[in-house]
Amino acid sequence: MDTFNKEEFHPKIIEALLKAEDGLTIEDSLENEMILNMGPQHPATHGVLRLVLRLDGETIVACVPELGYLHRGYEKMAENMSYIEFIPHTDRLDYIAPMCNNVAYCLAVEKLAGITAPPRAQYIRMMVAELSRIASHLVAMGSLAMDVGALTVFLWTLREREKILDIWDLICGARFTNSFVRIGGVANDAYPEVIEKVKWFIGQFDENLDECERLLNTNRIFIQRLEGIGTISKELALDIGMTGPNLRATGVEFDLRRNSPYLFYNEIDFKIPTYTEGDCLARYFIRIDECRESAKIVKQVVDKMPQGEIRLNQPKKVLPEKREIYTKMEELIHDFMIIDSGINPPEGEIYSAVENPKGELGFYLVSKGDGQPWRCKIRSPSFNNLQAIPHLVKGYMISDVVAIVGSIDPIMGEADK
Amino acid sequence: MAITKDEIINSLTEVKPNILFETNEHRDELTIIINKKDILELCKFLKEDIELEFKLLEDIAGVDWARRKNRFSVIYHLFSLRHNFRISVKTDVDECDCSIDSISSVFKVANWQEREVYDMFGISFKNHPDLRRMYMPEEFEYYPLRKEFPLMGIPGSNPIPKK
Amino acid sequence: MGLEASLGENSFFATTVDALVAWSREYSVWPMPMGISCCAIEMMAAGDPKFDIARFGSEVMRFTPRQCDLMIVAGTVTNKMAWVVKKIWDQMPEPKWCIAMGACTSSGGMYRSYNVVQGIDQFLPVDVYCAGCPPRPENLLNALIQIQEKIGRSKAKDFPNKLPELKIIQNAK
Repeated sequence: MDTFNKEEFHPKIIEALLKAEDGLTIEDSLENEMILNMGPQHPATHGVLRLVLRLDGETIVACVPELGYLHRGYEKMAENMSYIEFIPHTDRLDYIAPMCNNVAYCLAVEKLAGITAPPRAQYIRMMVAELSRIASHLVAMGSLAMDVGALTVFLWTLREREKILDIWDLICGARFTNSFVRIGGVANDAYPEVIEKVKWFIGQFDENLDECERLLNTNRIFIQRLEGIGTISKELALDIGMTGPNLRATGVEFDLRRNSPYLFYNEIDFKIPTYTEGDCLARYFIRIDECRESAKIVKQVVDKMPQGEIRLNQPKKVLPEKREIYTKMEELIHDFMIIDSGINPPEGEIYSAVENPKGELGFYLVSKGDGQPWRCKIRSPSFNNLQAIPHLVKGYMISDVVAIVGSIDPIMGEADK
Repeated sequence: MAITKDEIINSLTEVKPNILFETNEHRDELTIIINKKDILELCKFLKEDIELEFKLLEDIAGVDWARRKNRFSVIYHLFSLRHNFRISVKTDVDECDCSIDSISSVFKVANWQEREVYDMFGISFKNHPDLRRMYMPEEFEYYPLRKEFPLMGIPGSNPIPKK
Repeated sequence: MGLEASLGENSFFATTVDALVAWSREYSVWPMPMGISCCAIEMMAAGDPKFDIARFGSEVMRFTPRQCDLMIVAGTVTNKMAWVVKKIWDQMPEPKWCIAMGACTSSGGMYRSYNVVQGIDQFLPVDVYCAGCPPRPENLLNALIQIQEKIGRSKAKDFPNKLPELKIIQNAK
């Protein structure tokens, strides 16, 4: 067997573990403490997250998460490619809800360039973003249930998600990581077959979600494993930078679709579910409620969708349609100029954020007037949500760590960028 | 309850006259530019003032301008839930004195965000409780997001195992 | 049902040990899912009721390397993660095979940057490459079938069969 001689724990991690504030009184504590590594490859850590735990028996005294195992260098790559070329990279940030990230990035670039997409494109963006939210919450609930032992629910939620992936396959050709949204509009129109399929999906979604809920909501083992575990208070949650369903489960009613609306969310009627307990069970219930609200939103969007074009007619900033590029001269030249030298937004910097299923995804873009961004900073929700883990696991057992990480629902693709 | 940009600027000039600042507006967003020695005081004021209540620190970003004087900038984005208003605070950091005060005593979220800026740019934060690298391994000697670092990396700085 | 009906009564059936062992290995390949990023979701989708990897014999996805034959590396491997992947590969007992799933593991994919390994064949011996970003679950099942065919052609002399040398520690008198 080969020797594994790369050092296990860097001395700085051990120092951080030992320095962590104690403030814990453990009854019947042992003489020695143990350092345990829940390594990057672990079935329950939702990706490549490394947790180094300091234990007294089975009780956790301190925890230091280590990130960086999926750091792919997005921000450096964004400085070397044009705005349009970066769209497929944004898909792979939160890879369970890819359309939401596309929408976030395209809204940021449009704000920088000073253009707005036409209304039909905005409604289509809302529809696919809410379907992404449903898909993401289904996976989150399924994997949380699987982590605490209920294996059937995972397969049922994945079956529902497959129906959403079929809709995306129909609208743009790819199951996921679609890169469907473009600067100035969307790539394809939502044909009548797509609308029919979306209506069929929403029609049968509520009963199937009820079926999954019936297995879990009154199950004594599930409730005991999640109730009262990983509690966080309102003030600490806001201070530690949590956003999204994790923050709403502690009682703060903060949703960017209401607080600073984008697209056409101010014309749609929907509730923002909030719970006050702040434990793992509240985070689970809030995701179910958000799925139902998203289904309501999709229904209203599909009914209200206006007719019109799907891409803005501004040749210096928006790619023209393929049919026109192949047949007309001006569109060919504009296409060439945009792909070659970029869209050249005016000099300045903006920050634009949307409400992703995991929290607030923000892009800070700096432009110096040429086709490539000078700086593109991604504010990812999972990065800030993970910062709460050392506060959440203190005093609980090792098996609770699995439930806590599952209820926070991190995605390492965006936490590590 | 909405608040306007003028009200924020007025309350800043009234309550903290010792902080010199400039403002910049682009696409309906307000940016306040200050000197780096005032950052801790300003952030404390913005968070704890009863009228303003900028309680959510959304992001801390670093920028490398690649110019001789004041090479780096650090930008803080704050959001007020009460007024649904977003504000950005911008400070310049010189390459010779590459350090700035840490605001992790005011906002707990600044802990990891400042570590990320340190990892990517090399700007160190004074009085930070645990300043170590975030993404790159500890033995890595360079700062990736500086403009002189090549995209494909420096050969030999980040080894992979042999076959 | 099939074999004994076609052969009839009091018949016997001769084959080589190689063929029998290869047949049993081929139809019960247990994968070790090294799910790192987006391709891991398509690997999970290959296990769900619509695409069903269990009908190919990969009934369980064991998360411990000591009980697996096949490592499916799904997702971008960074320089920091490469050490972990190699450690897990070394822990798997022989005979073992490897599928490089997706563009990121085959060649670095769309990430040409300072922290991404440009192809895992720089430190692992890969048997089958699976193209796509991410590859559809049917594509992964095709790669699995190709691994099964490769196992079906294997012979006993391909695998080292020596016992490790044991050093017997004698009690000092």
